[in-house]
Amino acid sequence: MSTRLSQGGRLIDRSAQQGFSFNGKRLKGYAGDTLASALLANDQMLMGRSFKYHRPRGVIASGAEEPNALMNLGAEGKFEPNARATTTPLFDGLEAASQNHFPSLEFDVGALNTHLSRFLPAGFYYKMFIHPRPFWKHIYEPFIRQSAGLGKAPKARDVDTYEHFYAFCDVLIIGGGIAGLQAAKVAADAGLEVMLVEQDPHWGGRAPVDGTGIDGKPAQDWIDTTVAALGDMPNVTLRARCMGAGVYDHGYVLCYERLTDHAPKAAGPRHRLWRVRAKQVVTATGAIERPLSFAGNDIPGVMLAGAVRDYVVNYGVSIGDRTVVVTNNDDAYRTAIALKEAGLEVPAIIDARTGGAGALGDQAKALGIRVETGKAIAKVKGGKRVTGVGICAQAGEGSILEEIACDCVTMSGGWSPVVHLWSHCGGKLIWDDALAMFRPDGDRAPTSHDGNPFVITAGAANGALSDVLADATAQAAEVVSRCGGKTDAAAPTEANTAENAIEPIWLMPQGAAHKLRSKSWLDFQNDVKVSDVQLAAQEGFESVEHAKRYTTLGMATDQGKTSNINGLAILSKELGVDIPQVGTTTFRPPYTPISMGAIAGEARHEIFQPLRKTPMHDWHDANGAHWEPVGHWRRPYCFLRGDETPEKAVHREVLNTREKLGLLDASTLGKIIVKGPDAGKFLDMMYTNMMSNLKPGRCRYGLMCSENGFLSDDGVVARISDDTWLCHTTSGGADRIHAHMEEWLQTEWWDWKVYTANVTEQYAQVAVVGPNARKVLEKLGGMDVSADALSFMGWADGTIGGFDVRVYRISFSGELSYEIAVPANQGRAFWDALLEAGEEFGVMPYGTEALHIMRAEKGFIMIGDETDGTVIPQDLNLHWAISKKKDDFLGKRAQMRSHMADPNRWKLVGLETTDGSVLPDGAYAVGEGTNANGQRNMIGRVTSTYHSPTLGKGIAMGLVHHGPDRMGEVLDFPRVDGTVVKAKIVDPVFYDKEGAKQNV
Amino acid sequence: MLILTCPNCGETKDESELHAHGEAHITRAGPEATDEEMETYLFERVNPKGVHFERWHCSYGCGKWFHAARCTNTLEVFGTYSAQTTEPPKEIIDILDKKRPGWSWRKFGGTAQ
Ligand SMILES: [Zn+2]
Repeated sequence: MSTRLSQGGRLIDRSAQQGFSFNGKRLKGYAGDTLASALLANDQMLMGRSFKYHRPRGVIASGAEEPNALMNLGAEGKFEPNARATTTPLFDGLEAASQNHFPSLEFDVGALNTHLSRFLPAGFYYKMFIHPRPFWKHIYEPFIRQSAGLGKAPKARDVDTYEHFYAFCDVLIIGGGIAGLQAAKVAADAGLEVMLVEQDPHWGGRAPVDGTGIDGKPAQDWIDTTVAALGDMPNVTLRARCMGAGVYDHGYVLCYERLTDHAPKAAGPRHRLWRVRAKQVVTATGAIERPLSFAGNDIPGVMLAGAVRDYVVNYGVSIGDRTVVVTNNDDAYRTAIALKEAGLEVPAIIDARTGGAGALGDQAKALGIRVETGKAIAKVKGGKRVTGVGICAQAGEGSILEEIACDCVTMSGGWSPVVHLWSHCGGKLIWDDALAMFRPDGDRAPTSHDGNPFVITAGAANGALSDVLADATAQAAEVVSRCGGKTDAAAPTEANTAENAIEPIWLMPQGAAHKLRSKSWLDFQNDVKVSDVQLAAQEGFESVEHAKRYTTLGMATDQGKTSNINGLAILSKELGVDIPQVGTTTFRPPYTPISMGAIAGEARHEIFQPLRKTPMHDWHDANGAHWEPVGHWRRPYCFLRGDETPEKAVHREVLNTREKLGLLDASTLGKIIVKGPDAGKFLDMMYTNMMSNLKPGRCRYGLMCSENGFLSDDGVVARISDDTWLCHTTSGGADRIHAHMEEWLQTEWWDWKVYTANVTEQYAQVAVVGPNARKVLEKLGGMDVSADALSFMGWADGTIGGFDVRVYRISFSGELSYEIAVPANQGRAFWDALLEAGEEFGVMPYGTEALHIMRAEKGFIMIGDETDGTVIPQDLNLHWAISKKKDDFLGKRAQMRSHMADPNRWKLVGLETTDGSVLPDGAYAVGEGTNANGQRNMIGRVTSTYHSPTLGKGIAMGLVHHGPDRMGEVLDFPRVDGTVVKAKIVDPVFYDKEGAKQNV
Repeated sequence: MLILTCPNCGETKDESELHAHGEAHITRAGPEATDEEMETYLFERVNPKGVHFERWHCSYGCGKWFHAARCTNTLEVFGTYSAQTTEPPKEIIDILDKKRPGWSWRKFGGTAQ
């Protein structure tokens, strides 16, 4: 059993007991524990189930590389799935639950899959789920949905807060082990601005566990001294619990600081995302130990050698009483020695190398540990827990020579430098045959804006598994010189034990039969075995990227930190080529998953996006506004009175406007001033119609197209003076159209004398609409608004009720209408004055839905309803607004291209249901026959659809094949429920076709 | 996340304060253009691994447009310059001739060719 030893544990505080729960069971640990060490201390070896076969899974590692021990943490607003127990700090009250099991962790029905494993080979999903097609809906899809995903998505809103920090430095060092500390010291002593981040809560990395000596003293002494010295330097920023997540272009680095994960009751944000710009980045990210591939290497109790050492030394936790060590290198001997020194039994070290280890081997033998060289593990015995191992010759096929009883197997296949951050921005790797590892190729580093390298790597991450400090000092000196500084820093003396060379062992034993290979796991989380990768190679998946996707090797949440190199080696062997020829898969940020909250930072709730408010916003809010978002604005959809439904309110607003008087807050309408000697020429290019010949004092409706010919915006243009025009845009389009104008002025016609200004927010604008519109303005008085003085499509400056106004006689409703602009700061007062004066004329404000209905009744198009980026003005029968006189305008030539001029394009018509109902929005009209997929051929679609309060029936607009030639024809529009609505093609102008009402 | 210097306001800015708008030095095809010329103008873009000329907008800065010459492979920036030109300026050509002898991009190319 795994348990807490009576002594030891350099990171735990035995005086601070912490209560926590796992799957509802109450357990106890100590401050300084990780969730993994605390569970192991409570003999909770079984921590999860694998993804595909639901095999029992125990923890195998002690850090970020852990593939198995994934937990659901917390509940409701603090729920988080897929947390690695090895990097989850324990705190009092922590609640954890295992994932991917049904009905329970101990007894799992899905584990039956493991007995079916020979029917679930590599690429199973691709092979199996292709045929027969009808099985998809009822069999395959439910099965895949049930098995898909490890954790559960949180349902409640995250109650924690998050923040972003921005930082700039000369040198960012990622990794606070002894290499990172030394590099930081050298750079900081040279006077550079240094930031040093470490993902763990403590500094120094593995050195104190491995027993490294520095300057003749234990590593911890040097670490403490160096951290204290750095802490005192004003040019150094130190952040523990802060992971370098990703390295990006030009020295941009994201660091992920976990501020309160270890103390969730503490005030302040939970995570902080550092957005760092560094001139130079040092990745001192250490190395990750590789498992060995032997049968049963996934049984709980089989763990990495370094991890077993960590649990004993750091947390005083033993995995078992009797531990068999299996290795191809000297480092694992340190684990055997550490266990023995902690009073535990090590029945044997199984060393696959015929030559065995160097000085560490002698040390182990001196402690009485039996060492077997040239041997391998044939198989591990046990189910939910290791009970023993069968030993065989590494050179053979797996005949068992001897069985050794044990409750823990600890393995080491060698160490792989953590090259992820080096690789994120294009750093290349080389295969080091002697060390059996991919390490960074310093000659092919990521380059920055000046073409020079900006990432360097130090210590174990650079392949320097020993003489770490010498390497870190040399790399730091290079960084100092790149930053224009000078250093003559010397490396501290590092006491290293001479080690014998590693021997690459990718399969154990060398000639393992299929039966053993199909029990030798490579990827523990995704259940990929040696036999799966071999099958993929046999089936022709020769590229590592293809083999990865086919087998799912390295595609789980751990991104193959422990499995990639082993899988690659098996693939290369099977293909008969060297490892570097197979190459590696791409490393992508983040290094380990970071929280969605950290990515969002402060951008939540009301500060997610700034809200634009018109000067009348508060009045609307106080008077029943039912809001809808329009761009960054909020506009009233309608104004609710009493317990009215929105439908009722819209109905009332439309009828009141048509019969009496309506007010619309039109302030959101875009307003762009275009001015200058060449302004007319410029607007003739911007709009499809002629604007240069518009007379001062007059207005004209205009269309804007992209160079592709598609309709992009519309609005009324007023000519203010000889050299000044005011262009109205759609509410959502003001910024976009202003930018569009500037783009053409700056990049194409930069010699034209034209100036633009977006004055949208400088004015409040009110549409005064309805038969009583003129009466209320005359009552307020101040300027002549009669038909003679201010005719339809004219504008005039003046005063109304004492306000300075500009009045446009334009109508988007078909009624007598004045759109009146006042300076924004007088908008609310003007609105109030209109309401008060309008009372005797039956005034009511109306919202955007009434606006939409009234424009649809009049057959006016709406950008975004009738247009979707694929519609040209000709489709909407707007030929009258396209100048034939002009040589050129944006989109003119594109509209002549063959597909644009095709008579088969769908064209705008009105649609009227035969039963008076409202057509579903976006519904398609179906024609004769079917297409290649067996679907009904489509001949048109609905673009706008409403119940018309004025006409008392459903009205719609739509684009229909040969529509205008098919007046009176009845089309079928299937609904989602399978029924069909019939609608007749009619003229799109449903109301006052002659325009008599607006022109009075 | 690139860093570029806007030649209009002189500010060196993070990519998130700017906006990329694709290939630079595209000649507008007018109403007299043939279908082929129109197709080239509207749709045909190069996607080089190496030297590239791009249009950028100082969208959260001075609001002005500029051009950048950079390497899409190494992310090296050779320089930025005014958008009000139909061809890369001599300073940029000189830098490219020095740093990427034999470079070519659409109709432009190194003098070494
Ligand atoms: Zn600028």
